[in-house]
Amino acid sequence: MNAEVRNIKTPAEQALVSAYEGVRAALPGKGAVAALREEAFNRFDANGLPHRRVEEWKYTDLRALMREALPLAAPPDAAAKAKAKDAGKIFASLNCRRLVFIDGAFVPEASDLTPEPGLTIGAMADALAKGDTLVSARVGQVFETDDAAVALNTSLMSDGAVIHVAAGTVLERPIHLVFASGETPSAAFIRSLIVVEKDAQAIIAESHESNVSQVNCALEMVIGDGATVDYYKATQTRGLHVASLLLTVGAKAAVNTFALNSDASLVRNQSFVRFAGEGSTGGLRGVNLLRGKEHVDTTMLIEHAAGHCASREQFKSVLDDSGHNVFQGKIVVKPHAQKTDTKMMTRVLLLSDEAEADNKPELEIFADDVVCGHGATAGALDPNLKFYLMSRGIDDKQAEALLIQAFIGETVEEISHEGFREAIMRAALDWLETRG
Amino acid sequence: MPAVQETVDRVRQIDVDQYKYGFVTDVESEKAPIGLSEDTVRYISAKKNEPAWMLEWRLEAFKRWLTMREPTWARVDYPKIDYQNAYYYSAPKKKPELSSLDEVDPQILETYKKLGIPLREQEMLAGVVRKDADGNVLAERRVAVDAVFDSVSVATTFKEELKRAGVIFMPMSEAIQQHPELVRKYLGSVVPTTDNFFATLNSAVFSDGSFVYVPPGVRCPMELSTYFRINEANTGQFERTLIIADKGAYVSYLEGCTAPMRDENQLHAAVVELVTHDDAEIKYSTVQNWYPGDADGKGGIFNFVTKRGDCRGKNSKISWTQVETGSAITWKYPSCILRGDGSRGEFYSIAISNGMQQVDSGTKMIHLGKNTTSRIISKGISAGKSNNTYRGLVTAHRKATGARNFTNCDSLLIGDQCGAHTVPYIEAKNSSAVFEHEASTSKISEDMLFYCRSRGMSAEEATALVVNGFVKDVLQQLPMEFAVEAQNLISISLEGSVG
Amino acid sequence: MLLEIKNLHVEVADKKILNGLNLTIEKGQVAAIMGPNGSGKSTFSYVLAGKDAYNITEGDILLDGESILELAPDERAAKGIFLAFQYPVEVPGVATMTFLRTALNAQRKLRGEGEYSTPDFIKLVRETSAKLGVSQEHLRRAVNVGFSGGEKKRNEILQMAILQPRLAILDETDSGLDIDALKIVSEGVNRLRSPERSMIVITHYQRLLNYIVPDVVHVMSKGRVVKSGGKELALELEAKGYAQYTDEAA
Ligand SMILES: Nc1ncnc2c1ncn2[C@@H]1O[C@H](COP(=O)(O)OP(=O)(O)OP(=O)(O)O)[C@@H](O)[C@H]1O
Ligand SMILES: [Mg+2]
Repeated sequence: MNAEVRNIKTPAEQALVSAYEGVRAALPGKGAVAALREEAFNRFDANGLPHRRVEEWKYTDLRALMREALPLAAPPDAAAKAKAKDAGKIFASLNCRRLVFIDGAFVPEASDLTPEPGLTIGAMADALAKGDTLVSARVGQVFETDDAAVALNTSLMSDGAVIHVAAGTVLERPIHLVFASGETPSAAFIRSLIVVEKDAQAIIAESHESNVSQVNCALEMVIGDGATVDYYKATQTRGLHVASLLLTVGAKAAVNTFALNSDASLVRNQSFVRFAGEGSTGGLRGVNLLRGKEHVDTTMLIEHAAGHCASREQFKSVLDDSGHNVFQGKIVVKPHAQKTDTKMMTRVLLLSDEAEADNKPELEIFADDVVCGHGATAGALDPNLKFYLMSRGIDDKQAEALLIQAFIGETVEEISHEGFREAIMRAALDWLETRG
Repeated sequence: MPAVQETVDRVRQIDVDQYKYGFVTDVESEKAPIGLSEDTVRYISAKKNEPAWMLEWRLEAFKRWLTMREPTWARVDYPKIDYQNAYYYSAPKKKPELSSLDEVDPQILETYKKLGIPLREQEMLAGVVRKDADGNVLAERRVAVDAVFDSVSVATTFKEELKRAGVIFMPMSEAIQQHPELVRKYLGSVVPTTDNFFATLNSAVFSDGSFVYVPPGVRCPMELSTYFRINEANTGQFERTLIIADKGAYVSYLEGCTAPMRDENQLHAAVVELVTHDDAEIKYSTVQNWYPGDADGKGGIFNFVTKRGDCRGKNSKISWTQVETGSAITWKYPSCILRGDGSRGEFYSIAISNGMQQVDSGTKMIHLGKNTTSRIISKGISAGKSNNTYRGLVTAHRKATGARNFTNCDSLLIGDQCGAHTVPYIEAKNSSAVFEHEASTSKISEDMLFYCRSRGMSAEEATALVVNGFVKDVLQQLPMEFAVEAQNLISISLEGSVG
Repeated sequence: MLLEIKNLHVEVADKKILNGLNLTIEKGQVAAIMGPNGSGKSTFSYVLAGKDAYNITEGDILLDGESILELAPDERAAKGIFLAFQYPVEVPGVATMTFLRTALNAQRKLRGEGEYSTPDFIKLVRETSAKLGVSQEHLRRAVNVGFSGGEKKRNEILQMAILQPRLAILDETDSGLDIDALKIVSEGVNRLRSPERSMIVITHYQRLLNYIVPDVVHVMSKGRVVKSGGKELALELEAKGYAQYTDEAA
């Protein structure tokens, strides 16, 4: 929207353009898919990487932050595949069906493909190449947006998961999408599609661990009427990670998402969520733990297009050192989406004078019979509480740790699945323990 | 018939008749040639007999303006403004020298009388005993008034008494002549000529406005007030206000505005600059009631205003209170730069939109000094087919340790064809900042309306009462005279013909 | 006859709540209505006061022989109907004093009477509130906001005393009142008893009826009046409960 006329491209932008031009012919998918790529690429070519003048990217100037674009990842080698076994530890204690991806490429031999009634699993690369009807009917259409990161993903999408849960199916086990990076620094463009049909129930988890690589992943998810989906995402990276969730929720459905970012150098987690049917509920939550020069941006657009839906958004961030946390949450209530009930809460705990928290909760409301609100706070640990704990003999660091734990615990406790709740809390505690 | 629906219907048929300030006064006027060029700027400056430095300043701003583009980020939508098809200067023809109020064109005095603004000092002194809503006798207050008619200040009251206190309160055009050192020192020091498209335009063509200087240690003995009136057709109004409270000084300033009903849109692009030195305080209140246009969105004032206060000194304070009910388009963000350690900024706002009005308003609290505090209370009410946006920024810079902000932003919707939007930016850049922000949007409570109606109030009365309750926290910030006026205005803005 | 309810059927959200309710209230009469929870007493009182969202599918409500079904709540109030709410509503930011004056003058305007002058109004409120033990501080506070349960109920009776209705409906005004308050409020109500004023007192407790002695007692069950009698009926209900009537109505 705010894109200005620009001719000069940054080195990263140039590299991305030539990367696309180099692989265009080899990318999976012909016909409509190729056209979709081309159209998305043209958009990227015209606007470049998102920058601070693009309102939605105001606080995460990707053009400035992304100095170079790494080469596109090569197919994983044997060593990388072997290492993949240890990836995704965070959810290892849960009995999940693991689907493993290295540098974005699906690794069937490391994945659990045991058949299960009502469940279909495939790789995006195959689906695109074969012209799979589920994929061609959905990809790029779940939530239309002109976001630049999504456009870039669409142009270069190579592989990812395609999961279909048939109507009425209740999955036996959670599905864990394990994403890991190989040894060579590279760029991966991952595209996944998950369709959970009417009255089905699924738990999907996603873990990302990468070195200095650059990951741009997009997940399109369709939740049918009466379906229930839990979605967990844990991200660790030494490089760049841009993730887009494009989600449409049907009627009388329930969706809960939780995102954990810890030890994540540069992350943008963006969600585009549409409540398209009446009577659904949604809970979008997350915890961000930042230190060093880490930068984590959580941006969401929640669109209530149908009435009688309730959504709750709750995010907690703990910022140490020069951590920079960004939260942008926009709730849109469309005309006639009456009886919408939303509450968005973001809290930031500032542990250091160098830390920065930018917060932009937005309401855009076009229906009158609604109850919508948001709250946002930023501040240090309560010195009175800390003193109270210390007066009981708890040392400084431990008192802080306890208070931080309580702070994030409030949000983690909202996770209804005991296993995931514990796994996420444990990961948060690990971060606290390694805090200098 | 459901009570709420009925209210909504009444509100929906917003009727131009209810804008009671929509009359035109027939006075002879003198105008600059239509359009905007360097010559227009020179014409205005010459008319005002300005010194060379002032002309230079204007011309520089004009040059800059030519290179700027109109901002588009606000949630307002309006036809392209043709800057060449408007008059930039219009002054009532008058006798060359005015020695007393009696020499002001009686038509103009009549206008201000119709607006309920007592310009004549004797009226003020005679002072009818006034009572508040609960029947308590109000402490008699005197208000010094500066009346700006189209582009020119026509009368300022209580000049002598203010002079004795050392307070300078005069039209900007006079201040440029009489206090050039003060004007040169402060003009553009808060809102630089390069600030934004509309402020730069104002810098080039501003015609008049109020100038206030309160010397160290002086508490201004009365409220100061300016009433702005656009009368001429096809004329833009560009006033410039500058208020300085020197060390330990205090002043409360009120601003009111009205315009006739006209089918065409008129541009109002004002700039207000406030400066407080150590321990000083400025309280700035606005009741903005420019003509909002008719039910179909025809006509109405485009109100693009830059208001900013600079808490330059330690422990100084600037407080903005606004009641915005008029204008077709409102684009306005009264802000505070909290530079002095321990300074405090406040923003209290009621913004009501009805019919086809579009409001995009809010504030910026920029915490630069240590232990600075700010408070924002914003109440938005949308009715009809209007859109009402709160847009605000709170930021604490790295060195602004101990910065505190509390923000509360509530929106009320009346009817299902309007929009209410909240866009806050909250930026904390050090660990000792404590920011709290809360916002809510909901519809006017049917239970409350029924409760009121079961006690005998009509739909309109009930709505007005509930809305007045909703905005109470802000109304309380207004000086008493204004609070009563504002309360009535709220009822009028929302209803067919009650009041 | 002041009020006549004829075969009233009312639905809310497609749920039938009143099922052919018949009732007459004479001029000057004090009628008590008792009945189990959920039998439709509050619904009946809201319908009398004209709250929307209630769908009247059959029957009529006549005041002075004329139907009031088409009247808005404020028009009914001007005709002298007053409802003391079971759950009084909080109106933030609106001082009780302002609320009272707005209401009183609105009614007087609708009836074509002149507005009260400020001093007269203040005097009226001071005197009335003193008798009901409502403090000046409460008058300055926003209507019902932060009031205790009992204070809210007293505020309702204060409004009634100021507005001087012809038909007052008191929906469980006694619940939430302490023993002293119950006395004060009852005295307040009794002072308002007159041959010109009728009252419908909805209560669960016979105790209130010791203070406000009713002329008649009606028992309501499942949305209709199932039994009417003298004040002794209340004592009987206290002793035996509603079982026999709920069975009858079934
Ligand atoms: N808006 C509504 N929507 C659905 N049901 C309602 C509504 N209002 C009332 N009801 C139902 O109607 C029935 C009668 O309610 P009402 O409040 O009139 O009872 P009551 O006799 O006053 O009870 P109590 O003695 O507990 O005060 C109840 O079952 C109640 O749940
Ligand atoms: Mg009841």
